Amino acid sequence: MTTATARISRPGRNAATPSQNARQRERALAWARRAPLLPALIFLILVTQLPFVATLVISFMNWNSLSPDKTAFAGLENYATVLTDPDLRQAIFTTILLTVSVVLVSLLIGLGLALLLDKKFIGRGLARTLLIAPFLVVPVAAALIWKHALLNPTYGLINGVLTWVWSLFGSAAAPQLDLLSQAPMMAVILSLVWQWTPFMMLILLAGLQSRPMDTVEAAQMDGATPWGIFRHLTLPHLRQYLELGGLLGAIYIVQNFDAVFTLTAGGLGTANLPYAIYQTFYFANEYGLASAAGVVVVIGTIIVATFALRTVFSLFKKEAAR
Amino acid sequence: MSTLTPAAPQNFGPARSTSPTALNTGRTPRRRGKARMDPTRNNTAAGIAAWLLALLFAVPVLWMILTSFHSETDAATNPPSIAANLTLDAYREFFGETSGVSPWPSLINSATASILSTVLVLLLAFPAAYALSIRPVKKWTDVMFFFLSTKMMPVVAAILPLYLFARTVGALDNIWFLILMYTSMNLPIAVWMMRSFLAEVPEEMLEAAQIDGANLLLILRKIIAPVAMPGIAATALICFIFSWNELLLARVLTGVVAGTAPVFLTGFVSGQGLFLAQVCAAAVVISLPVLFAGFAAQDKLVQGLSLGAVK
Repeated sequence: MTTATARISRPGRNAATPSQNARQRERALAWARRAPLLPALIFLILVTQLPFVATLVISFMNWNSLSPDKTAFAGLENYATVLTDPDLRQAIFTTILLTVSVVLVSLLIGLGLALLLDKKFIGRGLARTLLIAPFLVVPVAAALIWKHALLNPTYGLINGVLTWVWSLFGSAAAPQLDLLSQAPMMAVILSLVWQWTPFMMLILLAGLQSRPMDTVEAAQMDGATPWGIFRHLTLPHLRQYLELGGLLGAIYIVQNFDAVFTLTAGGLGTANLPYAIYQTFYFANEYGLASAAGVVVVIGTIIVATFALRTVFSLFKKEAAR
Repeated sequence: MSTLTPAAPQNFGPARSTSPTALNTGRTPRRRGKARMDPTRNNTAAGIAAWLLALLFAVPVLWMILTSFHSETDAATNPPSIAANLTLDAYREFFGETSGVSPWPSLINSATASILSTVLVLLLAFPAAYALSIRPVKKWTDVMFFFLSTKMMPVVAAILPLYLFARTVGALDNIWFLILMYTSMNLPIAVWMMRSFLAEVPEEMLEAAQIDGANLLLILRKIIAPVAMPGIAATALICFIFSWNELLLARVLTGVVAGTAPVFLTGFVSGQGLFLAQVCAAAVVISLPVLFAGFAAQDKLVQGLSLGAVK
C-alpha cells in the first residue's frame, strides 16, 4: 500500500495542499481517460453535425443557385412545399412503402431461412455461405444485374426460364413479365429484399443459436409440438433480434439510393426521398427545398431511431452492466 | 416435467435417464425415442429446403458469373443458353479493349478511398473504443449513443452543405475529400464494433498486467491484441466494404478524376445494344473485393453488422 502511494505522488506537487493536489490529480486523470476519445468525437461533430446545422439554416431559405439574386429568407415556405408538392409527397409515401415492405418481407424470409439453417444438415456451412452472397454484391452491381440480366423483358433470366418451362410442355406462348415498366416498385422491392434477407437471416440465426437449449429439450420431453415450441419459446426469445434486424434494416433502407437510381431512375412513382432530394439539389438546383426535404427525412429517421435506440439499448445494457 | 427447466446442465443428463415419476415410466422411453428421432427427420427435410432456398438466393450471383463468361450473343437469348461456350471477351471489353475507356482509374480510386478511409477510421476508432471499454470515461454509454445517433442521420440530410463546402474550397472531385466523408460515415460503426470486441478482453488480465507494472504498449501488444485482433480485422473489412459500396456521396462529390468504381458502374444504367455479358463482367470485377472481404469476415460479420449487439 505504501509503495503504491509513493509511486503516484510526485515530489514537485508536495508543495500544494493535499486536497488541491488530489483534485488536480483527479482532473488530470479524467482528462487522460477522455483524451483518446476526443479526436474521433471532434472529427465526427465537424463532419456530420456542422453540415446538418447548415442544412437546417438553408431549409429556411429561398435559394436556387440558378437565380442567386432571389436568395432570401423564406420561413416555413419550403416545408409547406415539401408537404404539398405532389412529387415530394409521393416520395414520402414511396419511402415509407419501400422501407416497410422490404424490412417486413426480408425479416419473414430471413426468419424462415434462419430456422432452417439452425438445424444440422449436410453442407450447412456452404448453404450459409451461398445465402450470404447476395449481401456481398456491390449494391449498384446488384441493381444492374437485376435490371439487365434478370428483369429485362426480352432476354432477362426470369422470362427466359418462363419460356423454357413452357416449352417443356410444348407451348410457345409463355407468359412474359415486364416488372420494370409495369410494376417498377415491385422490381425495386424484389431486388432489395434479395439483398437484405441475408442480413436478417444472419442476425436471427445468431439469435436462435443463443437460445438456451435445455429449455427447448425440456419442452420437447414434455411433448410440446414444434409449433408450440416455436410460438412459446423461440419467438419470445427472438423478439429482440427481430426488432434489432428490422430497425437496423430500416435505417439503411430509408436511405437507399442505389437501387432506385439504377433500376428505375426514380421513374413511375419509385423516387424515394433520398433520390428526390438528390434530384432537387443536383439537377433542379433548389437548395432550400432540398434542405427542407432533408430535414423531413431526419425527423422521420429520429422517430424510427428512437425505437431502434431503445432496442439496441436493451441488448446493450446487459453488457454494460458487467 | 417442466420442473426440469431450472436444472443445471450437469444434472440434466442423469435426470433424463431416470424416470422422474412412477406414473410416467411407461411413456417416457417412447417419448424419448421420438424426441431423438424427430430432429433427424426434420433435418433431412430442412436440409433440402435450405439448400433449395440457398440456391434460389444464389442464382442471380451464379447467373451473373456465368453470363460474364459468355459472348454477348449467347448472353442475350430467350430461353437462356446455359451451356454456351465460355469466353473472356466480356472481361476484355470491360477493360476497354474496343472502347479504350479503362475502369482501372475508378478501381484505383475506390481502392484508395476505401483503404485509406479504413486506416483513418481505425486510427480514430481504436483509441475511442479504448476510452469506452478498457478505461471507460464517465457516462461512456451516452458517448456511445451519440456516436450511433450520427449514423442515423441520412447522408442526404448533410450532403448539400458538404457539396457546397467542397465546391467553395475546391475539393470537388478530390479523392481526399471523399476519404474524409467515408471516414465519418464508418467511424460510428467502427467505434461500436471495436468497443464490443475490446470489451471481450478479460478484466483480470488487464489488472494483473497493471499490477506487474506493464506499460501501455506492452498491454496493447500482449493482452489486448491477441483477444481483439480478429474483431479489429473484421471491423476493418466491414468498413472497407461500406466504403467500396458507397454511391451517393461519390456520385455527388466526384467526377472524371476521382470517380469510384460504383460511379463507373452507373455508366451501365441505361446502356443500349448487346452489353449484357459486359455488365455482368463489370459487376463481377467490382464485387470481387467485397465478396473476399465479406467471406474473410464471415465469422464476425453478424457481431459487426449488429454493432456488437449480437454475439
